[in-house]
Amino acid sequence: MAVMTYREALNLALREEMRRDPDVFVIGEEVGLYEGAYKVTQGLLKEFGPKRIVDTPIAESGFTGVGIGAAMVGLRPVVEMMTFNFALLALDQIVNSAAKLNYMSGGQYNVPIVIRGPGGPAHQLAAQHSQSMEVYFYHVPGLKVVRPSTPMDAKGLLKSAIRDDNPVIFIESETLYNVKGEVSEDPDFLVPLGQAAVRREGTDVTVIAYMGMMYRAMEAAEELAKDGISVEIVDPRTLQPLDTETIIRSVRKTHRAVVVEAGAGFAGMGSEIATEITEEAFDDLDAPVARVTGAQAPMPYARSLERLKTPTKEKIADAIRQVCYANGSR
Amino acid sequence: MAVTKVVMPKLSEQMEAGKVIKWLKKEGDRVQSGDILAEVETDKADVEMEAFGSGVLRKILVTAGDKAPVGALIGVIAEEGDDINAVVAQAGGGAPSAAASSAGAKPAMADRPAAVPPQPKSEDHAERTPSPSKGPESPGIRRAQETVAQQPVVTEMAPRPQAPAAADGGRVKASPLARKIAAQSGVDLKLVHGSGPGGRIVRRDVEAAAAAPAAAAAPSAAAPSPALRPVTPTVTGPEYEDVALSTMRAAIAKRMPLSKAPVPHFYVTSEVAMDRAWELREELNGLEGQPKISVNDLVIRTCALTLLHHPGVNASFQGESIRVFHRVHMGIAVALEEGLITPVLRDAHAKTLAQIAVEARDLAERARQRKLRTQELSGATFSISNLGMFDVRDFSAIINPPEGAILAVGSVRKVPVVTDEGLGVGRRMAMTISCDHRVMDGAMGARFLQDVKRLLEEPLRLLV
Repeated sequence: MAVMTYREALNLALREEMRRDPDVFVIGEEVGLYEGAYKVTQGLLKEFGPKRIVDTPIAESGFTGVGIGAAMVGLRPVVEMMTFNFALLALDQIVNSAAKLNYMSGGQYNVPIVIRGPGGPAHQLAAQHSQSMEVYFYHVPGLKVVRPSTPMDAKGLLKSAIRDDNPVIFIESETLYNVKGEVSEDPDFLVPLGQAAVRREGTDVTVIAYMGMMYRAMEAAEELAKDGISVEIVDPRTLQPLDTETIIRSVRKTHRAVVVEAGAGFAGMGSEIATEITEEAFDDLDAPVARVTGAQAPMPYARSLERLKTPTKEKIADAIRQVCYANGSR
Repeated sequence: MAVTKVVMPKLSEQMEAGKVIKWLKKEGDRVQSGDILAEVETDKADVEMEAFGSGVLRKILVTAGDKAPVGALIGVIAEEGDDINAVVAQAGGGAPSAAASSAGAKPAMADRPAAVPPQPKSEDHAERTPSPSKGPESPGIRRAQETVAQQPVVTEMAPRPQAPAAADGGRVKASPLARKIAAQSGVDLKLVHGSGPGGRIVRRDVEAAAAAPAAAAAPSAAAPSPALRPVTPTVTGPEYEDVALSTMRAAIAKRMPLSKAPVPHFYVTSEVAMDRAWELREELNGLEGQPKISVNDLVIRTCALTLLHHPGVNASFQGESIRVFHRVHMGIAVALEEGLITPVLRDAHAKTLAQIAVEARDLAERARQRKLRTQELSGATFSISNLGMFDVRDFSAIINPPEGAILAVGSVRKVPVVTDEGLGVGRRMAMTISCDHRVMDGAMGARFLQDVKRLLEEPLRLLV
């Protein structure tokens, strides 16, 4: 175990997988000479050379297509999106090629590609660079979608994603790159895809949250503990496939659930999880599942408005009190 | 000497709480194991509670007139020098009120009960017959009591001021979990006040209701006026009042849906010519030194004998099998002011008319005084409900599970009958049997009824 940042954990995962498997290579804008816009690929060009760390023009559709083609003939590309918002330019490649070629070729081709980069709201990145991009991908059959919240998961999940034979959308966060935590240095350490983590044990309510929202839910839980409300926090880690079993088990225990997501709520992850809970654990619910989501509006640039648009610790705590029928709820 | 805890005993499967009617010992009295400590009122009967240990009754925690949940500490027996503070403290400080004892005392499930009701001697039928009410008693309630014990919720003795969730006449709003717990613990959601948004009933409301049947047992309203007194219609005053459920009414309300809803009833009615039975009864009652025989005694004897030939009717649905009884334990419905109760006349098939008459009268009288013992209230294999005294032509009864059938008996009426000679006057009595269709079919019920009719129409057979 070593303490390192989320960024260093991702870097270590790439390094270990590239050392382990010569078919793994990195491709994207500024990944080589500049060592990554967020320095995730720091030092990789020096160690692995320009054949395996490939700088590209500003052409997301093009280099994503290159990655998909390489994956079809047996390589294991890791495509970096400078921010995941840019993946919109490559949406056709991802949705119509990467996700579907295995199916449409009758299993003749696998597309073992990882497309990674930061996404979701950060600090004053405004409307075009603050989107919770996972919603565009987990709807598509054939894609796996990962959102790692901790340095340990960043490493373990990225390694699993690279080793997976399916296309994996791996969305990090600008706000988490500097978060420090314990990380296993074992090159064989993996976090399997499709397995949620219980971040905090509690008895009164289950909060399902990932990435920055998970940390805000943790803060809310600490505050509510003073009022005697015991909050359990489940971090899905992988959104597709979603580990509903862990979520349902927790809700069966606590009888109440709050789902938090940074993006707009309409047809979001919260809707999906709330539905799963209703279908699987209806008779165990003592309150309707509550959602805390971003407002149905573009992300404003102004800091004060950004706060209004996004779920905050206070909004999460309010929702928890509400489902617990606790005094003082609105 | 050891400290002996006196806890509220569980005197019937349905019992969740009991009221101490009176203490026969007071604090400081020396008691021997087996002494009667107190009288306890349950939803069915008043029961004497024996001491299970010897020593001095050091502390009474629930005073006469107050209620306590099953398992709650209601007193402590110990020697003079023994320290009982810890035991009393466990019961929530020992304040002698129902609220304190029901809220503070944890059910002493694991403890050996200090007081038990007199146990039935030898092999008792009741012990072999599983009661259908076991389900509702299961972990739900126990858990509810523990929860209540943790949070000092005050058990209210009066009806809550707020209206129950269903008061507006609409459907009851309850969370799915609350519904599940209510179904498991037999709580009627219509009577529960919802504390959630818009009056939604949530888990804590049901748990409080399940743990505190005391709330439903508020002092009953003023005595009802005699039925025959002319009632002057009033136009002033409140339009209605909500009368709190008596313990017995609450028990009936809880139990009957457990029968009518899950047990598929069917009914078969027949009419009996009672002329000869009537004559026989008059003749028997004219004999000196013989107990008075009622029509119902004749019906009991008739059914008991007939059931021996129709074991399929003397049977109980057990889920995976049907239990057919070889003995007839006859439940006899007895109407009381505040409800009804069904004491059991055991081995009715092996008793003479005179024995049945004496025993049935004794059971009915003690039922009215609420002096029946618990084991006299369970284990029936068949029941009879007779409303003949109310000039009822016929009616149908609800089966008392796990029994498979119940016979509803109307009045013996003088009616015009067609005879070979023309029109005459005869005595007729209608009977309706309610049968559990899971146990038997229409033809079985009809054949049984036919034989009951035959036997009552040839009543001398009842004497041999």
